[in-house]
Amino acid sequence: MLLVLVLLPILAAFAILAGAKPRTAALVASGINFVLGIFAALQPAAPYWDFSVNVVSTPDINLSLGLYDDGMSVVMLLLAVIVTLAAVLSGKAPEGREKLYYSSSLLISSGAIGAFVATDLFFFYAFHELALIPTFLMIGMLGRGDRRTTAWKITIYLGFGSLVLLAGLLWLASAAGTFSIPEMMAAGPVAADAQKGIAALLIVGFGILVSLFPFHSWAAPAYASAPAPTSMLHAGVLKKFGLYGLLRLAVPLVPSGLQEWLVPLCVLLLGNILWVGFVTLNQKRLDTMLGNSSVMHMGYIFLAIAALAAFPENDLAKPAAILLMFAHGISIAMLFGLTDRIERKTGSLEFADLGGLAKPMPGLAFLFGLVTMASIGLPGLANFAGEVMVFISSFRNYDPAAGLGPVQITCIIAIWGVVISAVYGLRAFRNTFHGPTRPATENASELSLCERAPALLLAVVLLAVGIFPNLLLSLLR
Amino acid sequence: MPAYYLEALTVALGIALLMLEAFGPAHSKRHIGIFAAFGLGLIFIANFFAVGPEGASEGAAWAQWELWKLYRFDNTARFYKGFALVCTVLVVLMSVDYRSILSRFTDQPESEASTGEYYALPVFACAGMMWMASANDLAAAFVALELVTITFYILVAYLRRNIGSLEAGVKYLILGALSTGFLVYGIAWIYGATGTMNLDAIGQSLVGGNQLAAFEGAVGTAAELSSVTPQTRDAVAGMVSTGNPTLLFGIGLVLVALAFKIGAVPMQVWIPDVYQGAPTPTTAFLSVGSKAAGFVLLIRFLEPLLQTGSPVARQVLVMLAILAGATLLVGNLAAMGQTNFKRLLAYSSIAHAGFLVLALAAWTPMSDGDLSSTTTVGFYLATYLIMTMATFFVLAQVRIQTGSEQIDAFNGLGKRSPMLALALTILMAGMAGVPLTVGFWGKFFVFALAVHQGLWWCVALATIGAAAGFYYYFKLIRAMWWADAADASPAISLPTISRVVVTTLTVAVIIFGVFPKPLLWLLG
Repeated sequence: MLLVLVLLPILAAFAILAGAKPRTAALVASGINFVLGIFAALQPAAPYWDFSVNVVSTPDINLSLGLYDDGMSVVMLLLAVIVTLAAVLSGKAPEGREKLYYSSSLLISSGAIGAFVATDLFFFYAFHELALIPTFLMIGMLGRGDRRTTAWKITIYLGFGSLVLLAGLLWLASAAGTFSIPEMMAAGPVAADAQKGIAALLIVGFGILVSLFPFHSWAAPAYASAPAPTSMLHAGVLKKFGLYGLLRLAVPLVPSGLQEWLVPLCVLLLGNILWVGFVTLNQKRLDTMLGNSSVMHMGYIFLAIAALAAFPENDLAKPAAILLMFAHGISIAMLFGLTDRIERKTGSLEFADLGGLAKPMPGLAFLFGLVTMASIGLPGLANFAGEVMVFISSFRNYDPAAGLGPVQITCIIAIWGVVISAVYGLRAFRNTFHGPTRPATENASELSLCERAPALLLAVVLLAVGIFPNLLLSLLR
Repeated sequence: MPAYYLEALTVALGIALLMLEAFGPAHSKRHIGIFAAFGLGLIFIANFFAVGPEGASEGAAWAQWELWKLYRFDNTARFYKGFALVCTVLVVLMSVDYRSILSRFTDQPESEASTGEYYALPVFACAGMMWMASANDLAAAFVALELVTITFYILVAYLRRNIGSLEAGVKYLILGALSTGFLVYGIAWIYGATGTMNLDAIGQSLVGGNQLAAFEGAVGTAAELSSVTPQTRDAVAGMVSTGNPTLLFGIGLVLVALAFKIGAVPMQVWIPDVYQGAPTPTTAFLSVGSKAAGFVLLIRFLEPLLQTGSPVARQVLVMLAILAGATLLVGNLAAMGQTNFKRLLAYSSIAHAGFLVLALAAWTPMSDGDLSSTTTVGFYLATYLIMTMATFFVLAQVRIQTGSEQIDAFNGLGKRSPMLALALTILMAGMAGVPLTVGFWGKFFVFALAVHQGLWWCVALATIGAAAGFYYYFKLIRAMWWADAADASPAISLPTISRVVVTTLTVAVIIFGVFPKPLLWLLG
């Protein structure tokens, strides 16, 4: 069944290229996937999800898909299908480019789903690459602003990051002696002498993909330039691949290696939260501000990973990280989707041109306000639950007698990041929706129900998970 | 069917084609190409039924022939013969679609009158390549190799009214002659050191404590032994313990000569100019067929030298590692600055040779648990054939329809001919080694071998090379999708043959990219 989830978007993409109606085909495929994803969350243990076929016998590599027992994959799968549906719903392809627009979105989605459910190291990596290429194409062809430079930059950056990651994964596979991830996890941590090197390669490789400071400079311009569905899918879903990979592989398999890099990791994640936080404060455009804020929020998830690295038995950090990844994915996708709407209605995303949008578009203002509150961590919305859990988890092994460890110190500094995001979030909201209307915003028309549908879908998820975090936490046994 | 029939049939087919050329209609020659492809296809089928002496029926006289000392038939030979045949079929088909350029630059620009030989010559080259796959003796290898090389002298310079093609022909001739010199000289030194040109005998003379006994065992009966001169026996007995600089010198010379065939450092300088100047089907043939034939010969040559217990194995592996590292660097880094697509493919061909030599430098013999170097090289070459041939098919048509081979000529192809651009995107992704394309598996296996053997410096260079590969292959993808087309540039439409071939090969890139088992099965 997981094979259906992975193949359906690919088949739909080919059908679109062969002449099927682009939007309809994309909606059908992502709709079916959405239903299947919900179904997977209801019955994650059912045996019919698994799939495996041997593709090479020496070394033993299988195209095998499965939902792991720990529930991480199910949550990520849910995130992927929800955001895909919203992205396909909210997208509006430029005239004459519908085929490319929708088939690329579907391919990105398929690659992300494949990476989250692959149980073989090879396909875990391969599916992620499958998703990257349409990302590059979309930015290069349909992006805004200086699209060619941006697309070329992200191609080189992520291509290089993937190679570093590949080196780390191959080393991991040769140290573990197998490509099957469940077998690796059953065998436990790999030989101690290889751990430090593998951990370094994985942190850098995954780190580049997740825009860990100082490898983050590709992210904000790429998201600002990319067409809406691409930034929704990449920032919301695909980027989580790197964090998922660290949680899935690095934490259980190279724990002592991670521990050796704990202090550098803490410094880098503070770079994400504080440095990029200040950069975000100074943005003059809504889209680059969102791109930078997305980079900044990765820091909190890295904090949870650091907490796990410092104290592998930490039972709170992993659910916290997953919950925050999910919440961030939903909220950033919603923000990018709504921002795209604003641009289409007003023709500009410069704060200088915006203002007073709440008057002509109260519905949009409400939705945007809701998701801004979510992303700055207002209680009752999903991000709050995640962030609080991350902060608490980093004190999980706190021993007053031993004093503050690196993770606790990092956490105390990182909490100030919440203030930064509140400042830029609220300021962006004020600049966009309050104050006097400008020429660009005077005649903007309110969203129709149809245009609101994707944002409503995401908002419902944010609220539901915010009020009942156990909806997700119960999946993470 | 005895295996040597295959070469005989191929040569006979070539002669028949020449007859057809001489006595067939004067104005239309393309049917020669179709006929050639059809005949080669039949031989390809026959290849699956060919047997060596050990598979002969009881009492077959041919199984006892002396021929089998020069010629061997095993899985490797079968694979590379099939490889040469497939490659030649594709080249001939490409030539059929390329005939407008062929006739423009030959004697009678308006007619196909003097293009007939262009379909027959590859068949002779194919016979040479098939023979190289079976060579078991350095003398036989030399003859087979020259058959291929001399045919290529003509094929490269075939466009005799095109200055680029002539220049390429002269360059290829001079460097080819130089490498022939290296080869003969190297064989002479090896013969001087070991007293034999038979690869089995060289191998047996290298291993074991008592070299002479091993050598005698190889030569066989006492009657034959008496024909070996006392000097030879002394040479064999003395060579291993003394560190054998003589033998190593010979090996080095032969490696240099083979580097010419496979397009590796230090004999890579001819590649860009010759690839760029030669007619595109010839370039494709050089880049795939000739390279593969060079590699099978290299494998045949290395097998005895690298077997367990060989005293020269360590030095030979060092030589190979140096060749691999230098080739990877030169090919990949020089490719980055190219603006002509054909020239870029030339450097990429050097780069691929680097990966292939790296697989040999990380020598892993056939065993149950591991993937062997031989299998990896065969697999990589098969993937290389699929991707490169399809790319050259497209390039040939772009050349015909836009008159240019620059990367700029592909600008905006995504808008003009989206399906073709999609196919080319998949092919370039495969060349760069993006996962879920067949190209990734080839690189993956090479990396796995190199990591397994601990060749860390080479792994680092190969990583740099692969990263550079991303850069220069994506340059084409960037041109097709991101750049805007010049106003006058036409849509590219492929003729039937090209369309079928490109579609098939592109689909193969994806299918084998997910499920490479069938290709590995072909390798036995």
